[in-house]
Amino acid sequence: MKEDMKVLLVYSTSHALRIEKDLKIREVSCKLVPVPRHLSSDCGICVRFRAVDEDSVIKAVDETGIETMGIFPL
Amino acid sequence: MIYLDNGATSFPKPRCTAEAVYNFLLHTGANPGRSAHGMSVDAARIVYETRELVNSFFGGPDPLRVVFTMNATYAINMALKGLVKPGDRVITTSMEHNAVMRPLRSLESEGVLLTVVPCEKDGVLDPTDIRKALKDSAELVVMSAASNVTGTIMPVREVGKFAREKGVPFLVDTAQAGGLVPLNMDEDFIDLLAFTGHKSLYGPPGTGGLIIGTGVGEKDIRPLIEGGTGSRSENEIQPAFLPDRLESGTPNAAGLAGLRASLNWLMEKGPDGVLQREQDLTERLRQEITAVSGLRLYGPEDARQRTGVLSFTIDGIEVSEIGERLDADFGILTRVGLHCAPAAHRTIGTFPEGTVRMAVGAFTRDEEIDAAADAVRTIAAEGR
Repeated sequence: MKEDMKVLLVYSTSHALRIEKDLKIREVSCKLVPVPRHLSSDCGICVRFRAVDEDSVIKAVDETGIETMGIFPL
Repeated sequence: MIYLDNGATSFPKPRCTAEAVYNFLLHTGANPGRSAHGMSVDAARIVYETRELVNSFFGGPDPLRVVFTMNATYAINMALKGLVKPGDRVITTSMEHNAVMRPLRSLESEGVLLTVVPCEKDGVLDPTDIRKALKDSAELVVMSAASNVTGTIMPVREVGKFAREKGVPFLVDTAQAGGLVPLNMDEDFIDLLAFTGHKSLYGPPGTGGLIIGTGVGEKDIRPLIEGGTGSRSENEIQPAFLPDRLESGTPNAAGLAGLRASLNWLMEKGPDGVLQREQDLTERLRQEITAVSGLRLYGPEDARQRTGVLSFTIDGIEVSEIGERLDADFGILTRVGLHCAPAAHRTIGTFPEGTVRMAVGAFTRDEEIDAAADAVRTIAAEGR
């Protein structure tokens, strides 16, 4: 069975890159991918991660103080 | 050809810098942060990693608080015109470059109060004079970390401490010092640090920026320009967050790729490896020409109080003539005149004629210094 994935949408590519770096430091696996068509984000890329890691992602993002568009299931 | 004009721009650049620009243009050259395809993300990653490097190089608070501009002048204008309002008081020094002085004079004409603290004849600033000026309320202190005319290294940390004690933001123009004089926003109490890539950071021209300390709010600086940022495009109002708020339009990503390479190159050399080398070279030059009849040297005598800059005049010969002869007869490239810093030349007593400035760099060789000294001796002997 395919693992459940989620995406974090942000407003700026710089923010996506920053969050990707912070997640790597925390050893939370993630990937920058184009925003799925049914969602929309202006910068065009979002952070995809495993749904089971959602709490870690939320914590990491909170610590950066970056405003996001939210987390959405895939 | 002997290049002694590194104060204007460093030349040559490290090979890795040139290769990084070349590789970006041939292989990675998409628009960073504007599209979702892999090449755009790769370009954005290079820009972001350059933010990280710059931030750690200058002890900044956060890579997202590194705003890229085309040079230090743009960054200084952004900080001054974005923060200071009519009725505010700004403190600066009498050794500033026009990159600081002209925007300040322009603001002064709009009702900003300006206090210019005088420096000594060798360009040295007594930091307690800034403390005295801070007795009256002020909204900003701005100064360079080193003079482009005399190379005088300024007491950034001491001034920063006095400003911090009074809660006054401190803006530092690091154009002549960044990459040479160790600077750390945290340890030196710097709230706003303007840098340029193309001088002693050894990056390409067209790179620079402003690092914004946490004491300055994200929205405190009004943008000089507004426009596309690749973010919040649904909104016709400029985004409020950094760096996008202050970074409109396509950035010089090729240049930033080069700057990333040059910062890595600098960091491999260690924090003050280049500074010591430059000070040794200018001390060698000083010793070789100091006895030339009619020659006057400016700036601190002690090489450790200077960057790799040596300014001089020769009595009875115009500086323009010296510069022309150095170039035409000896292939030695210098910069003569006022160096865009009339205030500094007034301070050291060389206004309006100016000086001959020899500025060494990381690639200057001992024998080039000896040749330059020979040329100065010859010109002085023949010209008078």
